[in-house]
Amino acid sequence: MRDDSTSEAAVSPAVAGVARRDFLRVTAIAGGGLLLGTLIPASTLDALTSSAADPFTPNAFIRISSNGAITILAKNPEVGQGVKTMLPMLIAEELDVAWTSITIEQAMSDEKAYGRQVAGGSTSTPTNWDPLRRAGAAGRQMLLAAAAETWAVPVAECSTDAGVVHHKASKRKLAYGALAAKAATLPAPDLATVPLKDPKDYRIIGKFTPGVDNSKIVTGKPLFGIDVTMPGMLHAVIEKAPVFGAKVVSANVDEVRALPGVKHVVVIPGTTDLSGLMPAVAIVADTWWAARSARRRLRVTWAEHPTAQQSSAGYAARAATMLPAPPQAVLKTTGDVAAAFGTAKAVVEATYEYPFLAHASLEPMNCTARFADGAMEIWAPTQNPQSGRQLVADTMGIPQDKIAIHLVRGGGGFGRRLNNDYMVEAAWIAREVGAPVKLLWTREDDTQHDFYRPAGFHRLKGAVDGSGRLTAWQDHFVTFGDTPTRLARAASIGGTEFPFGYVPNFSFGVSAMPLGVPTGFLRAPTSNAIAFVFQSFIDELAHAAGRDPVAFRLALLAQLDSAAPVSRGEAPPMNAERMRGVLELVAEKAGWGKRTLPKGSGMGVGMHYSHRGYFAEVVEVAVSRSGDLKVQKVWVAGDVGSQIINPSGAMAQVQGSVLDGLSEALRQEITIDGGRVMQNSFDDFELLRITEVPPVEVHFRKTEFPPTGMGEPALPPVIP
Amino acid sequence: MKISMTVNGTPRTADVPADMPLLWILRDVLDLKGTKFGCGKALCGACTVHINGAATRSCQVPASAVNGRKITTIEGLSKDGTHPLQRAWQELDVPQCGYCQAGQLMQAAELLAKNPKPTDEDIDAAMHGNLCRCATYHRIRAGIHRAAELSSKSE
Repeated sequence: MRDDSTSEAAVSPAVAGVARRDFLRVTAIAGGGLLLGTLIPASTLDALTSSAADPFTPNAFIRISSNGAITILAKNPEVGQGVKTMLPMLIAEELDVAWTSITIEQAMSDEKAYGRQVAGGSTSTPTNWDPLRRAGAAGRQMLLAAAAETWAVPVAECSTDAGVVHHKASKRKLAYGALAAKAATLPAPDLATVPLKDPKDYRIIGKFTPGVDNSKIVTGKPLFGIDVTMPGMLHAVIEKAPVFGAKVVSANVDEVRALPGVKHVVVIPGTTDLSGLMPAVAIVADTWWAARSARRRLRVTWAEHPTAQQSSAGYAARAATMLPAPPQAVLKTTGDVAAAFGTAKAVVEATYEYPFLAHASLEPMNCTARFADGAMEIWAPTQNPQSGRQLVADTMGIPQDKIAIHLVRGGGGFGRRLNNDYMVEAAWIAREVGAPVKLLWTREDDTQHDFYRPAGFHRLKGAVDGSGRLTAWQDHFVTFGDTPTRLARAASIGGTEFPFGYVPNFSFGVSAMPLGVPTGFLRAPTSNAIAFVFQSFIDELAHAAGRDPVAFRLALLAQLDSAAPVSRGEAPPMNAERMRGVLELVAEKAGWGKRTLPKGSGMGVGMHYSHRGYFAEVVEVAVSRSGDLKVQKVWVAGDVGSQIINPSGAMAQVQGSVLDGLSEALRQEITIDGGRVMQNSFDDFELLRITEVPPVEVHFRKTEFPPTGMGEPALPPVIP
Repeated sequence: MKISMTVNGTPRTADVPADMPLLWILRDVLDLKGTKFGCGKALCGACTVHINGAATRSCQVPASAVNGRKITTIEGLSKDGTHPLQRAWQELDVPQCGYCQAGQLMQAAELLAKNPKPTDEDIDAAMHGNLCRCATYHRIRAGIHRAAELSSKSE
């Protein structure tokens, strides 16, 4: 299989501007080919989940040329989570083509043609599993019909095999390319009823499938955002205030403009939106190194800003006074926790806190933009192009239909690239200088101008009765925001997380303090903090109850009050049976309670439901005499439904998530002082290295539920 | 300053500031985009190339130090993408985002050139300086073993 997407080539949005319709659209393309575009009704998507999903629908494209070339478009941004491979596999399977004979092409950002194009929330699988298979199946049906008409035989006598339609009775066959022109003239089948393959007949889905960009990656071909180049392109660096949002008072613009290679110095007034265009000074030069070198001579005077009064120590001190006080708002309450504490056999109290975290994608934020004749063209390694277009339009007053966005591979995302600050910066600079500009941040810029996983503080109180049963759970969550119901992004956890619904007496209260630091979604957002806090506290309660942590959790899962569970966002509520399944499986695989561990070693367990996925994990840890922790091994059991689409990608995501979680748990912390981030690079914000990674043994439990995403849910349980 | 060097077997010249790192000469002057920028401080290894056969962080080597040297980048690791490491990386699907992999491959190529049958410990020692944010480390290790196997078969 080939991959024809490049970071330079301008691929015109194939069908921009076409009307939305709830059925398959067929168009003859140049050369007599067949272009299948699909728009799936919301009702189809509803079938995937028990609660209402997005109002509109994913789309897909298949291009079959008369010369036999078959192209499948990959609709969502690729940042290493494998969707550029996995989503086209769904189409190719049902279209019935040979995976090695097709071309995968990255789609442009085009909401009208492709629907939602976001790499986030582990949503690519659950929202595309059904529609993209139907897209492929519909294409196959039309090719079958075209062959049947050509041969004047019943469709039922025709079959397909790897890009060829056969009529076995007469031993005739025609390749898809030869049928494309005729197929384009035929009516499209009803997507809702188009027949799908029996999973036992899958030849692509479920097979170990290496990434479609691998050959470019291992030979160093241009591929990533940072690799984009074009004639006349200039290079930019940007300096923003260390204190988030502070405005430029003055800068030595003339002096810097006179430095070697420098073409422009742009003072960006910016807005007050910390997620948008912040005040900055950009230096534009003929090479990035010239711009970078000139920045060392840049002197900016920044306006005073109230956030300069904020610090991690200040947040912690404030939290310490808020935690013992009553919550500003009690968001959930069932039963009577006070009464339960009064009659309990044991009451446990604990305070947990976790720090701010950065995303630290290895490819620093960058974007290339060109502005000409009132139109903006952007090449962006973004996870969320559609919100980027909105931001550029709103900030710069350019109509959305005058903004074209090419999706280029991102060197890691982890949620960072859901924000498009670097995109609007590049667009602004490009318009100011009137030439194509590639903006590239330094590593230090990337560390100090992230959208951080917010820190948080929990004061927990729990009770167990004489039979070792959890009877009460009270949490006072101190977080960041204007009010307890208007919290900073990713700083809210709602009140319905497990064990809500499993404990007869439950109380969840929230208090908020103001924050001047931008926050955002980090892989398994909110769950990466909740799992640590709640699973750790469940262990403390198990200890107080004198029960084994796995047995205590299994007993808790059996305490489901059927009236209580509430849907979490778009996802259905946690299914206790599925959670029990992965917990029992991981305990079995890890030899929980059955193996004798060396002195100084121990095992811990955690489980968490997020992003529609069920994961339970066991970690074996050794503690040295000096108190150093070493993770010896991790066992993982996951349930993401009936089908692992790409076993290679799935395993990679689980192992990567687990090791990512260990990095967070063991190493990482962003601290704020004087309103600024104190960390700079990989020496003070560390990632695990090859010498530090334990074996990660992964087991999947297959269940009869629609397949769900893999990018995130394996991360949270490893942290506790 | 004017410098001359051999890049992937081809003599190349450039007129660049003396302090311009090799990384940026490769990327922005010679248009070889395979070598990646991660930190600019030799902390991540994404910019690893070979200078006279030795794996080196190209972000730390100024123009003044590369004159007359023999440079090999990911684009020159093999003529046609068939270095055993490149084959093994694709067979085992090592990359996730892929951004660090050029550096990983160049570091691993130096290891295999010196030590055709490395143990896990040898691999860890050689690869310690190369970060992978996606944590593909298990497959990097397996990929190096597989490449060693492919090399010995083809001999």
